[in-house]
Amino acid sequence: MKKHTIAILVNDQPGVLQRVSGLFGRRGFNIESITVGSSEEPGLSRMVIVTTGDGNTLEQITKQLYKLIDVIKVVDVSSNPMVARELALIKVSAEPAARPEILGVVETFRAAVVDIGPQSMIVQVVGDTEKIDAMVELLKPYGIRELTRTGVTAMVRGSVK
Amino acid sequence: MATQGATLRSKQELIEKMSKPEVITGSEILLRSLVLEGVECVFGYPGGAVLYIYDAMHGFDDFHHILTRHEQGAIHAADGYARASGNVGVCIATSGPGATNLVTGIATAYMDSVPLVVITGNVVQSAMGTDAFQEADIVGITMPITKHSYLVRNAEDLPRIIHEAFHIANTGRKGPVLIDIPKDVSAAKTLFKPASGEVSMRGYNPTVAPKKQQVDKMLKAIEEAERPLILAGGGVVYSGAHEELLEFATKTGIPVVTTLLGLGGFPSGNDLWVGMPGMHGAYASNKAIQGSDLLINIGARFDDRVTMKLDGFAPNAKIVHIDIDPAEIGKNVPTDIPIVGDVKTVLETANAEAKPAAKAAAWREHLTALKAEFPMTYVDSNTELKPQWVIEMLHETTNGDAIVTTDVGQHQMWAAQYYKFNKPRSFVTSGGLGTMGFGFPSAIGAQMANPDRVVVSINGDGGMQMCAQELAICAINNIPVKVAIINNQVLGMVRQWQEIIYDNRYSHIDLAGSPDFVKLADAYGVKGFRATNKEEAREAWEAALRHPGPAVVEFVVRKGENVYPMVTQGNTIDDMILGDAE
Repeated sequence: MKKHTIAILVNDQPGVLQRVSGLFGRRGFNIESITVGSSEEPGLSRMVIVTTGDGNTLEQITKQLYKLIDVIKVVDVSSNPMVARELALIKVSAEPAARPEILGVVETFRAAVVDIGPQSMIVQVVGDTEKIDAMVELLKPYGIRELTRTGVTAMVRGSVK
Repeated sequence: MATQGATLRSKQELIEKMSKPEVITGSEILLRSLVLEGVECVFGYPGGAVLYIYDAMHGFDDFHHILTRHEQGAIHAADGYARASGNVGVCIATSGPGATNLVTGIATAYMDSVPLVVITGNVVQSAMGTDAFQEADIVGITMPITKHSYLVRNAEDLPRIIHEAFHIANTGRKGPVLIDIPKDVSAAKTLFKPASGEVSMRGYNPTVAPKKQQVDKMLKAIEEAERPLILAGGGVVYSGAHEELLEFATKTGIPVVTTLLGLGGFPSGNDLWVGMPGMHGAYASNKAIQGSDLLINIGARFDDRVTMKLDGFAPNAKIVHIDIDPAEIGKNVPTDIPIVGDVKTVLETANAEAKPAAKAAAWREHLTALKAEFPMTYVDSNTELKPQWVIEMLHETTNGDAIVTTDVGQHQMWAAQYYKFNKPRSFVTSGGLGTMGFGFPSAIGAQMANPDRVVVSINGDGGMQMCAQELAICAINNIPVKVAIINNQVLGMVRQWQEIIYDNRYSHIDLAGSPDFVKLADAYGVKGFRATNKEEAREAWEAALRHPGPAVVEFVVRKGENVYPMVTQGNTIDDMILGDAE
């Protein structure tokens, strides 16, 4: 089961997220993460979905997506050299004494502390999924109180369309 | 010719009248736009959220509105209308329960790729999302079973949306499109600007013309094949490609099997026709698929009732698949030569260069012999009425020329097996969804689309009771549908499965307590007949055919009759139970 990152250009219409996610659900396709936002063109949004499956599944996903009238273009980003990033906010327990050590980890990962409270701080980290997984692992010993991740957004490198 | 000129002139006048740019309500825009799309007949049922639309219909006679007795009747009728004519079927229902009563019909049309435009009312936009009276999120509910759907926010958008909806419904792989109109939109007044001309949508551009190199690959494969076979499906009928298919099969000399929805797409009287394949397919058809070395699927979707066990389906065949919907290709059966395109266009391209399958003579002879050796057969009786005999009698008395609609179950399979179809759009049946209650109302739609043809609706005693209320509209509008009820006093197909697969454990299949169908017909003002033997059957049926209006004939048949051949689930299609006549 290979992981695939696909970008879907869609009409920015009410219900379009429901159409796409509903299609994945009823046809038994997996959604590992999904992100949606505006695209370079007014009136169109771009969704990036990370899914798993073999070549046949990916082909069916692509073909079924194209059957949706609101879907303009489907690109298998991960079949090309790509940049894939997600952002995580991690609220980690941080008594004053533990902070220097945590800051050390944050610095190494080129992450940032975006909020400090009396007993905790929020770390913001941007990177590919593996980097964020690693960051989470390293912060676990200090006690993660809350974790939120955006899911992957991605783009093909260079001038490939 | 003079009359035709007059018709054309009045049509032009109608278009001018309808196109007039005036400030009118959303409801009037809807009605005018429907007329401009060529709609002549609409099936519907009013209610609170569509009252403005029905108010606009008061005195409006530029299309025919049939008031059904249940929304399900309306949508099945619209479906039958579309299947029998090739035009888009239209139905209207109110919000909430009206809309949800359409769901089965929408799913039926979606599964069988039938072009419908389904119009529902909804509560005013300010009340949407508040669980208002008769509010239902019908766009959300029907998303998985529509080709597309619209929630209309502004009356100005109606002309464009309706124009797009008809285009989407009736092009590419056809299907139902839902338009949900909140009550404030149907009430709002705005300047009507008719939408016309070509629809341009970035996200919708079906491939019609095939890639030439793919067609060439198929033609080359045909020249090399020793045991080629055509599997023709509903796509042949829907794209109007029956003549092209006949030419293709004749030029190449390749035998043809037709799926349930493909029946009539190739003349059953033709020597090249082998039969219908699948779970209740003809012996020779199933053997032909399994024995073929080249299987050319034309507009069928390798449905599980055709393929049965996929592992072992057509094990020696190179697969060609022609389909307008690329997602169907490779979905169930790995394909060697995919051809995306409209069936008619693909066959036209192929016919220009098609050569005979030169190595297939022995195979053709083999299949002809097989068909002769194992015909569709049953054990007839002189004491009991046999359902298969009834279907043969219906065929004979209508010269095989009727439009036949069926419900779902044993009678449906017998109709498919014993009513030999020769023309497209003559067999209307719910194949994919298998919807009971479809048979009778779909006949009403088929008759509305074909006033001059005999329309025979074959039903079981179970399914007939799922939409029997529509007898009223046959009587009131004098829609002369001839209804045959094959009454075996039981849910026959379920009984058959319980007998064969569940060890004779008959559970909840006895339909004792069904009404007297003759009296039921009479109660609605429809002529009713009953027959319990062959003489009565023929006499009653001929009287029904002679009768100028609608008629119901109840054929009381043997209870324990089974449909054969039968392939049980989990087996390959050549693993057939041949049954009583074995």
